[in-house]
Amino acid sequence: MTVPPRATTETATTETATTETATTETESGFDKELGEELDRIRSEVIAARGDDDARYIRTVIAAQRGLEAGGRVALAVSLFPPAWAAGTVMLSVAKILENMELGHNILHGQWDWMGDPAIHSTTWEWDFLTPADAWKHTHNHLHHTWTNVVDRDRDLGYVVFRMSADQRWRPRHLAQPLYNFALAPLFEWGIALYDLEPDAVASGRKTWRSLAADLTGFLTKAGRQLAKDYVLFPLLAGPSALPCLIGNLTANTVRNIWSHTIIFCGHFPGDVQTFTEEHIEDETRGQWYLRQIQGSANIEGGPLFHILSGNLGHQIEHHAFPDLPSNRYAEIAPRVRKLCEKYGIPYVTGPLWRQYGSTWGRILRFAVPSR
Amino acid sequence: MPELPALASRLLNVASWLTSPHSPDDYLGLIDPLLGARFPAGRVTAVSPETPDAVTLTLRPGRGWSGHRPGQYLPIGVAMDGVWQWRTYSLTSAPGRADGLLTITVKVTPDGRVSPRLARRTPPGTVLRLGPAQGEFVLPDPLPPRILLVTAGSGITPVMGMLRTLMRRRSPRPDVMLVHSAPSARGSIFSSELRSASGRLTWLDYREHHTRPHGRLSPADLGRLCPDWRERETWACGPADLLDAVESQWHRAGLDERLHVERFQLAPVLPPRRDAASGGRVLFTRTGTEVTAGAATPLLAVGESAGAVMPYGCRRGICFGCLTPLTYGLVRDLRTGEVHDRAGQMIQTCVSAAAGPLALDA
Repeated sequence: MTVPPRATTETATTETATTETATTETESGFDKELGEELDRIRSEVIAARGDDDARYIRTVIAAQRGLEAGGRVALAVSLFPPAWAAGTVMLSVAKILENMELGHNILHGQWDWMGDPAIHSTTWEWDFLTPADAWKHTHNHLHHTWTNVVDRDRDLGYVVFRMSADQRWRPRHLAQPLYNFALAPLFEWGIALYDLEPDAVASGRKTWRSLAADLTGFLTKAGRQLAKDYVLFPLLAGPSALPCLIGNLTANTVRNIWSHTIIFCGHFPGDVQTFTEEHIEDETRGQWYLRQIQGSANIEGGPLFHILSGNLGHQIEHHAFPDLPSNRYAEIAPRVRKLCEKYGIPYVTGPLWRQYGSTWGRILRFAVPSR
Repeated sequence: MPELPALASRLLNVASWLTSPHSPDDYLGLIDPLLGARFPAGRVTAVSPETPDAVTLTLRPGRGWSGHRPGQYLPIGVAMDGVWQWRTYSLTSAPGRADGLLTITVKVTPDGRVSPRLARRTPPGTVLRLGPAQGEFVLPDPLPPRILLVTAGSGITPVMGMLRTLMRRRSPRPDVMLVHSAPSARGSIFSSELRSASGRLTWLDYREHHTRPHGRLSPADLGRLCPDWRERETWACGPADLLDAVESQWHRAGLDERLHVERFQLAPVLPPRRDAASGGRVLFTRTGTEVTAGAATPLLAVGESAGAVMPYGCRRGICFGCLTPLTYGLVRDLRTGEVHDRAGQMIQTCVSAAAGPLALDA
């Protein structure tokens, strides 16, 4: 059993692991078997989906809307400091749930199987500056198809960061620790700009006309979002306008920092591998699964942590099965991990603080030229 | 539930800025599904048996309900194992009842999935989703002076909605003859109600034909039960063979324009074949092209080579960028083998193939 060649290993330890587990078994046999075993997990979950899952997502939706309504009401009287604190906490949690466990997962089509137009990837819109459609294109299509392939997956560094030795170093990368500090609190602005794909227009992959259309979509969506949080609710709060506005700004910032943290920890801890375009030529189903697993990192935590992170603490399982309901990742994670042990595939996981530190290590390491 | 006054709907419009990107309905619907208009719903208020295998459900419609015309049918969504299953049933109540309630009458299909659930395991209090009332099998305005209604089995249901509407009207009422065919008196839906109404109301004449002793309703039977059938505007609803017989009888008499039929059992039009080996003809409704598709060729590829404008994405079933509504027919998921046949369902065309004839909204 072997980890297929051509994967660009980022650390010495992974490299050692590769050679130690290498055996004489043919690559195609290994891929096929892994693909079949993961397909089996997938079809078991699909067959088991039912009332309990539907109840789960409806409960999360009800909790999110309840928290949001509670937070808005409390912030309407936020001249009273305890109301400000309670409202800001409720609204922050509501926005985190809305983006992570609801928006991200529903827009992946994880709940399309219910046939409920109210909870469907084609109708859902989220509390985020970027419109759902623009995000689905860059995230579901480009990122999930080309996960961690240098020059294909724009999420690998989000155009501004250098995250792999295979990415060419440029002097501006020296400042990437600074960009990262600035990006976290402004994450939704960063994603909105990123989803417009201005770099694709520069390289000719996208037309100016399509950029203009996307820009209109963004301005319409963002206009409503900004009006809601920074004009309408503060106005309604009357004498509490200023603390209400600060509460809304805080909630958006908390949500941005949190989602930035979870998302960066899902692919950029030091041990996660990146791939070159040759690596994905004639990629089989099994090899696709393998790349998803090797290109992702899990974060360990309790059930509440997983819900608040949109179950992206199970990033490996999410990347192997992006359209399975998120509440199922926890139960299949031990099976995926066991498969990885069986085939000697590194399964990168750790507590949040360690993955976060490791991600920062990588941002710092690739800020300077390799070797 | 009545429509909201203009001021209230304007307020909801303003409130949508506060609930953006969701609608105020999404919040109202959490309090009670009947309050949300975005996904109209109804609550079952009573369940009453009609025959051993037919049940009438009385529903209180919510805010999104936009009314119906007698004879129309209603798409009903039932949540089963987490999935909304949709079926259509004729409305058997007259529109605009004082209590605002609707009724549908559900006949149990022995191998069915949804009708046994609706008829036997839907207690009062259950919330069902409601589609907009549909269909052109309705009485015209003004009404013709003489009407013949020909029904068989559960084909009586849309006609019952018409009759109850006529009963609520002031005179003059048209002269109505209803010929209903059922296996026997026992299994005939609404028969006691119709018999007593027929005895009471001078304008209504109800005739039952029983197929157990007498065989299927023939043109001769119809001529005997309603000698002046040629002079009446006719509405017919029932199984395909009855409608075929009626249509050819009216056609021979040169009376096609006076006949209105409702074929609400669309299922037999589709081939029941679900074997994986065969593909089918695929119609792209917007483009207007029709091509033959193999059982293993993704519909996305089929559409693109036929020149249809197809949404696409990753081409491997990951991104859901290719979702296209199924207009009708059978589609098979190439990964799971699951067959989809619900009209309106979004199909991942990059990993789905034809499992029989179908049409896509592309």
